Amino acid sequence: MFKIIHAEFLAPGIKRFVIEAPRIARKQKPGQFVILRIYEEGERIPVTIENSDPEKGAISIVVQSAGKTTTLLNSLETGESILDVVGPLGKPSEIRNYGTTVVVGGGVGTAMAYPTAAALKRAGNRVISIVGARNKELVILEKEMRAVSDALLITTDDGSYADKGFVTDKLRQLIDNGTRIDLVVAVGPIVMMKAVSELTRKENIYTVVSLNPIMIDGTGMCGGCRVMIDGKSEFACVDGPEFDGHKVDFSVLVQRNAMYREAEQRSMAEFQASRVRPADGDPRSRKSGETWGNHTCAAQGEQR
Amino acid sequence: MTTVARKSLNPVPIKERMKVPRQLMPEQPAEQRAHNFEEVNLGFSEELARQEAQRCLECAKPTCTDNCPVGINVKEFVQKIVDGDFLGAAATIRRDNVLPAITGRVCPQEDQCEGKCLLSKKVKPLGIGYLERFVADYEQRMGVQVVPKVAPTGKKVAIVGSGPSGLTVAGDLIQKGHKVRVFEALHELGGVLVYGIPEFRLPKQIVREQLDYMRAMGVEFETDVVVGRTITIDELMEEEGFDAVYIGTGAGLPQFMNIPGEHLNGVYSANEFLTRINLMKAYKFPVYDEPMLDLHGKDVAVIGGGNTALDAIRSALRLGARKAYVIYRRSDAEMPARAEEVHHARQEGIDFQMLTAPVEFLSDGKGWLTGARCVRMELGEPDASGRRRPVSKPGSEFDLPLSVAVIAIGTSANPIVQSTTPGLDTNKRGYIVANEETQRTTRKGVFAGGDIVTGSATVILAMGAGRRAAKSIHEYLTTGEW
Repeated sequence: MFKIIHAEFLAPGIKRFVIEAPRIARKQKPGQFVILRIYEEGERIPVTIENSDPEKGAISIVVQSAGKTTTLLNSLETGESILDVVGPLGKPSEIRNYGTTVVVGGGVGTAMAYPTAAALKRAGNRVISIVGARNKELVILEKEMRAVSDALLITTDDGSYADKGFVTDKLRQLIDNGTRIDLVVAVGPIVMMKAVSELTRKENIYTVVSLNPIMIDGTGMCGGCRVMIDGKSEFACVDGPEFDGHKVDFSVLVQRNAMYREAEQRSMAEFQASRVRPADGDPRSRKSGETWGNHTCAAQGEQR
Repeated sequence: MTTVARKSLNPVPIKERMKVPRQLMPEQPAEQRAHNFEEVNLGFSEELARQEAQRCLECAKPTCTDNCPVGINVKEFVQKIVDGDFLGAAATIRRDNVLPAITGRVCPQEDQCEGKCLLSKKVKPLGIGYLERFVADYEQRMGVQVVPKVAPTGKKVAIVGSGPSGLTVAGDLIQKGHKVRVFEALHELGGVLVYGIPEFRLPKQIVREQLDYMRAMGVEFETDVVVGRTITIDELMEEEGFDAVYIGTGAGLPQFMNIPGEHLNGVYSANEFLTRINLMKAYKFPVYDEPMLDLHGKDVAVIGGGNTALDAIRSALRLGARKAYVIYRRSDAEMPARAEEVHHARQEGIDFQMLTAPVEFLSDGKGWLTGARCVRMELGEPDASGRRRPVSKPGSEFDLPLSVAVIAIGTSANPIVQSTTPGLDTNKRGYIVANEETQRTTRKGVFAGGDIVTGSATVILAMGAGRRAAKSIHEYLTTGEW
């Protein structure tokens, strides 16, 4: 069991948990993730690591309610526990001094972009960050991103905060203004990472994206997380999750992530209808009417 | 270990024993078991076990033991069954094998102990696997847990992976007085015994009982630790004070065929398919949350001819598949699966498409699998493995309609430990280099065995490596010599 030291909503449906996990806290590097499971019959889901504090032996993760598991997870409060947390998984981001880097965070993906931006800054890069969200409420980690960036640009889809538009609009402007960009890192929804990659491909700017395929063990055993990179199968859990955005077949990723949509929707619907009461301490035992973090994102099962 | 010569209590004269037929294993009827996940084999009664045991010829030089990867004294334990001393028989097995209830179920006995049984020259071999299973289950039923008390040596050993080889090392070393801690990456202990082998062949309760026994002996377990990521081998030795480490991380990432359409929805690796079913209990969805594709009324094929392939396709059948095919590019004779599993699968109605290989997976145009384009094969000259190489027959292409295809053609090395442990040599396929006798790696104090050294093999071979490793770890810890 992994104790939740602190839990707070960052935005509707997006919650940050600080979890006691000393071994993971010591090892975590930017770009890595954890897999967690919240009760005995639960599934294993990959979740972004936002930060870690080796001194306190704690990691923080950011979770967006999307399906049954993430909704239940986001109902957990300070002092409760998570059954299994394993990690840090995946290869860390390749951090060195590239020169000028643009770090793009879309939605909850900003939580994973943040430690990478911070590390790039520490490595001596000039860091321009672009954060995009659907609306004002969903802009997260603005203060944190600003602290590690030479410049922070924000867009919202509906224009309710900062500039109306998409992260690619800001990236386009940077390129058009003649900004020399040595590296782009994009973490967020698949459509966003794809759009960024298409834009930078034309400009010949090296672009790293962090992929979020379906995953079970996350340790290089099941092969469920296979993605098409340059026409070949690679595994996000051991070869990734970061890949050269210009080599990723995003349409295969979208297609494979939709494999269980029916089951996921059924799971969510049955869960919302019943809310059964299993063992004490199990998040499913919560009565209805309590805080659920009921805002779910549009794409099922997508933690970005 | 020497055995005291004793007079046999076997009432059947030696000359008559060949005439006693091999006792049949009681099993769930095929038509019934094809729809449930309950164990296929039901186990011997005491009566059946004694009758079968009486067939043993009590050879002066038993070849069964020579052919057992862990060297079980078969003759002695079988004689104890004849005598009715079932617990004594269990104790005999336990001297060499810490997981008898498991090996009695999953060992390929026909290639090992039973393969060399003298009876098999004329009639069917002694049912050694059935007898091993019987005594292990008997011991469990009696609730006997003989926990050996040994003086602690003060040495600490870390074991990476809780599969069959890691558990064997743990069981052997704890009995030598060393402190043993097993690290497991998954949330459940047992490795391939829980994520890979299905309930109908190895009930998970059996694995849990074996783990409970290990805990009672003092073995410590820690789940959710991916050695190489959560902690490195060097940190285990330098910071957590382990005097030796055994790496038994098992099978790695699944291999694919690299044919068109392999990325389609509906194409699984066997590891993923079986992990969803066995570890995550997707067959109990929605009680369990992990989903899998609904197989009811669907046509499913597995590609491959090993135990994993049969486990996958028999699971698919139990999940409601209408047609369940095994597509294997060689013939019956080359199939690596256990003979009993092939027999059971045929009884259950699995359709074996032998000498056949897929060349392409077909799509509905929306990313979902609709079938496999296959080609018939014939066997040519022997290849590097000594098996005759399959060659495709021109013009033999045909399309097999399928909703789900499971690829079970083997695995490659998991790179995590190797890539995070400086000085640990690997071979060109990425497996850890370890001495075949001592299981020593190129790093002082670090040993390795099982699939991470040999590539995909069997439970018992991994346990054999574990036995050798335990012996040599003990030597290293007591002498300090490398």
